[in-house]
Amino acid sequence: MNLEFTPEEQAFREEVRAFIEANYPKHLGDVGLREDLSREDFLAWHKILGEKGWSVPAWPEQYGGTGWTPTQRYIWSEENARVNAVMPLPFGVSMVGPVIYTFGSEEQKVKHLPGIRSGEVWWCQGYSEPGAGSDLASLKTTAVRDGDHYIINGQKTWTTLAQYADWGFFLCRTDTDAAKPQEGISFILVDMKTPGVEVKPIKLLDGGYEVNETWLTDVRVPVENLVGEENKGWTYAKFLLAHERSGIAGVARSKRGVEKLREIAANETVDGEPLIEDFEFARKVSQLEIDLAALEITELRTLAGEQAGKGPGPESSILKIKGTEIQQRLTELTLEAVGSYAAPYYHSVANDDGSNEYPVGPDYSAHAAETYFNMRKTSIYGGSNEIQRNIITKMILGL
Amino acid sequence: MDFNFTEEQDMVRDGLSRLVREHYDWETRRAAIESDAGWRPEIWAQLAELGILGMPFSEEVGGFGGGAVDAMIVMEEFGKGLVVEPFVPTVVCAGGFLKHAGSEAQREEHLSAIIDGSRVFAFAYAEPRGRYNYADLETTAKKDGSGYVLNGHKAVVIGAPWASHLVVTARTGGGRRDAEGVSVFIVDKSADGVTTRDYETVDGRRASEVYFENVSVPADALIGEEGAALPLIEQVTDEAIAAQCAEACGAMKVAHAMTLEYSKQRKQFGVPIGKFQVLQHRMVDMYTAYETAVSLTYLATLKLDAGEKERKRAASSAKVGVGQSARFVGQEAVQIHGGNGVTDEYAVGHYFKRLTIFESEFGSVDHHLKRHISLA
Repeated sequence: MNLEFTPEEQAFREEVRAFIEANYPKHLGDVGLREDLSREDFLAWHKILGEKGWSVPAWPEQYGGTGWTPTQRYIWSEENARVNAVMPLPFGVSMVGPVIYTFGSEEQKVKHLPGIRSGEVWWCQGYSEPGAGSDLASLKTTAVRDGDHYIINGQKTWTTLAQYADWGFFLCRTDTDAAKPQEGISFILVDMKTPGVEVKPIKLLDGGYEVNETWLTDVRVPVENLVGEENKGWTYAKFLLAHERSGIAGVARSKRGVEKLREIAANETVDGEPLIEDFEFARKVSQLEIDLAALEITELRTLAGEQAGKGPGPESSILKIKGTEIQQRLTELTLEAVGSYAAPYYHSVANDDGSNEYPVGPDYSAHAAETYFNMRKTSIYGGSNEIQRNIITKMILGL
Repeated sequence: MDFNFTEEQDMVRDGLSRLVREHYDWETRRAAIESDAGWRPEIWAQLAELGILGMPFSEEVGGFGGGAVDAMIVMEEFGKGLVVEPFVPTVVCAGGFLKHAGSEAQREEHLSAIIDGSRVFAFAYAEPRGRYNYADLETTAKKDGSGYVLNGHKAVVIGAPWASHLVVTARTGGGRRDAEGVSVFIVDKSADGVTTRDYETVDGRRASEVYFENVSVPADALIGEEGAALPLIEQVTDEAIAAQCAEACGAMKVAHAMTLEYSKQRKQFGVPIGKFQVLQHRMVDMYTAYETAVSLTYLATLKLDAGEKERKRAASSAKVGVGQSARFVGQEAVQIHGGNGVTDEYAVGHYFKRLTIFESEFGSVDHHLKRHISLA
């Protein structure tokens, strides 16, 4: 037992650090509010990594994966967090990609995997509906067979960044008479340019437009876009959610967030003394660091299990719960740290030319409130933290 | 990075697990802690025979070349059975002082006796007004010829009634809370001027108030350098913290498993109470608290040989996180057991009591949060 990285792993860290330093797009700088990025900004690093062959590290090598060990992937995420990199979005790389290479047809692999790798094709996720959130299996969107096509009708919601999407993967009901709601669902790929697909933005608490309502009205989709078997979509959906959870802890990013928080608290003053020397505040920062250290080792233990051949199991639910709690507390403490300058509404005072220069308060206060509001989503998405507890109850406690 | 145990370590765990299961069942334990002796010397002899007492020591001194990970395994298994025998005071603390700072002659005299089980130690560091500050000492050791004369009162010395020897911290110079001037001595408990008041602890162990009145000790009672022992004490107590965190993890694991089992058996409103979501989520939170405690215990254990600051930060992180988990898991386990949880008859309450006292040993959660802040 030891916590040391091997010389090979150290060398790997140096290699990827050098690559990031040389190639990460300088104009992205240290991004504040991600939802304000343009489509090109979101894809910039993804495309560079695609050319390098590093955009889908976790995939099997035959589909373009790097063959890195889980520890190497951990190092990779740490090194990217150091520069606050805008990473490839998860919808293609971590969600539909693994579903396609695991359950999809040869044609689907050939057609879709290259675009996911290269960053050419933007994917979105059509899971939740207005009436189907935590109870996802109660979804009502239907796909009715009509010759060589399905005709899809229904409404999806919380479709993240669908305004930029080329393709979407949708859960649709193909058997309305199935014995259990989970049994009549299919996993279908939809070209977002198909007539009848309509995306309407939803404004969120932070003032940004990160998610959408997606309406599907008589959308005709060729049957070859069905992934795997008809009515087996729930199995693929669950597979995807377990993959989604394994990277969700966000340890590397939170570690960097704590560093930033310490910088802010060293700069802010209370009665003429740095805020970080205020005992009550320092206590909260230390507690956060301790909980983050516990999460980090827990994630490394899970990765070690993965390295030994165990797939992402229900333990990933712990990472989701703890990881998101820590992300939220971090933004909460950052909000507390900036004091009164949490109040100015960023979008109302940003420069008209769209530049990121912020004219009110210190730079680091610019997004504190917006980020805090935005991060409330983390304990809700990806299966709410209450649903994660249900998963642990069933899969680990056996109740 | 490697989270695997060696084959030998797996064997040690299996052996201890069997020993606790077969020879440390609940009724036997109860009878032992209620007996006059309050512990089981025959178990101690068995541990010596199995090589457990010599595991963390190098082969040159007659040990088995193990280390902190081995101590962690031992204490986790002890925690599962609420074993009261003084592994931490004797092997981790006294053994630690001797290992790090003992002279050849001191090791010769004491280590082999620890390893073969013939000599039991207690660690007398706390004082009535010193709380968790190892330098806040009223006990003094004054130079007298070539030796020293000790005077003072040591508080809640765990395992002292069973011990023949004590490791004692005392001030040889400097002001009451100064970092300089702290020294460590090995004192024979039968020396003239040593008196004890022995008692039971709430978690089933025995302890003593120990009084030193003009106790003369020879020069070779001093371990390490005179007046410069504080860093040594911190090193050894960090090792004790890691070991006791492992013990707490073992106890939490069992408390959680008992609670889970109880929730499957106990019926109210016509169904097992484990069917209620409000209890399910609390048991999930107990499970998560246990798992994060295990992670922090690994961190503290694997950083014991790192640089001083890293080691201290890891130990304090563990003491905070495991302490919080221990309190939470203990309290929830009792609550979910309902009325049965507060009876002496049910085992779960005894796990709760051990987890409660664990938190106050070698520094509370608040103490270690402060230490963590000071190491930022």
